[in-house]
Amino acid sequence: MKKIINKKNIIAAAVAVGVYILITVLCSAGLLSRHYQSLLVPIGINVILAVSLNLTVGFLGELTLGHAGFMSVGAYAGCLFTLYSDLPTVIELPLAIIIGGAVAAVFGVIIGIPALRLKGDYLAIVTLAFGEIIRSVITNLDALGGAGGLKGIDKSSGFTSVYILLLITVLVSVTLVDSRHGRAITAIRDNVIAAESIGINVVFYKLLAFVSAAFFAGAAGVLYGHNLGILKPNTFDFNKSIEILVIVVLGGMGSIKGSIISAVIITLLPEVLRGLDDYRMLIYSIVLIAIMIVNNSSKLKAAKEKFIEKIRSGNTPAKEDA
Amino acid sequence: MALLEVNGLGIKFGGLRAVDDLTMKINKGQLYGLIGPNGAGKTTVFNMLTGVYAPTNGGFTLDGEALAGRSPIEINRKGIARTFQNIRLFSGMTVLDNVKVGLHNSKKYNVFEGIFRLPRYFREEAEMDERAEELLKVFGLEGEKETMARNLPYGRQRKLEIARALATDPKLLLLDEPAAGMNPNETAELMKTIRYVRDEFDMTILLIEHDMKLVGGICEELTVLNFGQVLAQGKTSEVLNDPEVIKAYLGE
Ligand SMILES: Nc1ncnc2c1ncn2[C@@H]1O[C@H](COP(=O)(O)OP(=O)(O)O)[C@@H](O)[C@H]1O
Ligand SMILES: [Mg+2]
Repeated sequence: MKKIINKKNIIAAAVAVGVYILITVLCSAGLLSRHYQSLLVPIGINVILAVSLNLTVGFLGELTLGHAGFMSVGAYAGCLFTLYSDLPTVIELPLAIIIGGAVAAVFGVIIGIPALRLKGDYLAIVTLAFGEIIRSVITNLDALGGAGGLKGIDKSSGFTSVYILLLITVLVSVTLVDSRHGRAITAIRDNVIAAESIGINVVFYKLLAFVSAAFFAGAAGVLYGHNLGILKPNTFDFNKSIEILVIVVLGGMGSIKGSIISAVIITLLPEVLRGLDDYRMLIYSIVLIAIMIVNNSSKLKAAKEKFIEKIRSGNTPAKEDA
Repeated sequence: MALLEVNGLGIKFGGLRAVDDLTMKINKGQLYGLIGPNGAGKTTVFNMLTGVYAPTNGGFTLDGEALAGRSPIEINRKGIARTFQNIRLFSGMTVLDNVKVGLHNSKKYNVFEGIFRLPRYFREEAEMDERAEELLKVFGLEGEKETMARNLPYGRQRKLEIARALATDPKLLLLDEPAAGMNPNETAELMKTIRYVRDEFDMTILLIEHDMKLVGGICEELTVLNFGQVLAQGKTSEVLNDPEVIKAYLGE
C-alpha cells in the first residue's frame, strides 16, 4: 500500500529543504553576486509557470498559448487587492496569492468551457486571443495604470515566498497527477474515445487540468508583481507565453522534474551567455536545439522507459512472453 | 425480459444505410456473436450501442431502459463497456494504470482528498490496486503491470483492453474482433479466456468476429449481418449451415 512517509518522499523533502538552505547560505555569505541573486525570483516564477503549464500541455495534451494572460489577470487582481487593503503582510500576501489564483481560475473556466468542448486546436486559438485581448484591455484601462504600469505595489515578496509557492505548485501537480483524477486527465490525452467509453467525464477533467494551470499562473503573477513593485501589461505578451511553452517542451511533455530543470536552465542561459555579446543568441539557439534533440531521441526515450519499468517492478527478472 | 433488446436499429451515413432495421435479443449470461463480411456494419452497431453514433432509426434497451442516443459516458455508466477493433489503449500509461482508469467511477474520493492525500485516497487507491491486479491476473498480465501499454505485444494489448472494459463493472461487454491479428494458438487461448470471463463474472458478452469458424466454437447464438441487413439469426449451428450465410461468405 502507498504511504506518505517513504524513501522517495523523504529524499524529495530533503532536496527541497537542502536547495533552500544552500541558496540562503550562498546569498548571506556573499558568494552569489547581486546579479545572480536578482535572478532567483524570475527563475522560481518560471518554474511555477512551467510546471503548471505542463498540466495542460503535457498531461492533458491540449495546446494553450495564453499562459502569460492568466499570469497577468492574477497579478493585477492580487496587486490591486494589496494596494487597497492595509492588512499585515503575512496575511495580506497569502490572501493576494489566493485572490490572484482564483481570478485567473475564473477566467480559465470562462474560456475553457466553450473552448474545451470543441474538438481540435480551438484552445490554442482562443487562449492566444485571450492573452492578447487582456493585454490591450489593461493597456487601455487607466484604473490599472494603463501602459505606464500599475505602480506603488508593496515589494513584499522575495525568494522565500516564491520558493514556498513553487513547492506548493510542484506538490499539488505531483499529487494531482498521481490520483484517479490525474489518471483521467492522462487517459484523455492518450485516447479521448477510449476514455469516454469507460465513463470518464472528459469535459470536467479537461477543465480541471486547464483551470488548475490557470490558478498557479495567476498566483505566480501576484508574487511577480510584489517582487518588482510595478506591473506593466507588455511583460505578459505572447512572447512570455511562448517562452514558458518552450521551457515545457524542452523539459519534456508530462515531466514535472523536466519542467523544473528546464525552467532553471532557460532562465539562466541568457545571463550566463551575457559575456559572449554578439554570439549570445546564436549559442542560446544552439543549446535549445541540442536539448531538444537529446530529449526527443527515441532511443534515449526507450532506454529511459525500460529503466523506469525495471525499477518499478522491483528488480524481478524480466519474464518471457508465454 | 432480455438484457439487451435491439429494436429496428438503423443508421444512415449520407446515402449509405450502414445498418438497417436490426432487431435482436440477448439474454443475461449469453455469449452472442455478431458476424458478417467486412463492411457489413458490425462495428457501426457497436458504435450505436455505446453512444459513439446516434441511430437514425429504432432504438435499444438495457435492462428495460432505453439508451439509444445517450452519450458514451452515460451508456458506460448504465452498464455497457466495449473494446475497439483498432486497439485504443492509453499508450503512455502503465498496464496497471490503464485498468485503474477503468475503475475511476467506482471510487469516490474527490480532487481535494486526492491532492492532500486524505485517508480516503489511500484506502480507495489500495482497493483499486487490488481489483486491478485481480483483473490483470485473469488475462495473465500481472507480471507486466508496470510496463507501458504501448510496449506490450499486440495480443496482450487486446487482452488489456478487455480487462480495462471489465474494470467498469459492466452488465454487457462488447468485444470488437478480439482475436484480430492473433495467431491460432493465441486465438484459442483467448476464446478460453472469454468463456472464463462469462462464467466467472456472470457476464453477458456480444462478440464481433470476422472469422466464422471461431464464433462457432463459443457463441450460443448468432446474428449475421450483410450490407447492413440481417441475413440470418438464431442458434449457432443452424445459422452456420444456412445456405444464404455460406453464400455471403464464399462470395466475399
Ligand atoms: N462515420 C462513418 N461515416 C461514413 N461511413 C461510415 C462511417 N462508419 C462506418 N461507415 C461505413 O459503414 C459501413 C459499415 O462499416 P463497419 O461497421 O465498420 O463494418 P464492419 O462490419 O467491418 O465492422 C462501411 O461501408 C463503412 O464505410
Ligand atoms: Mg468492424
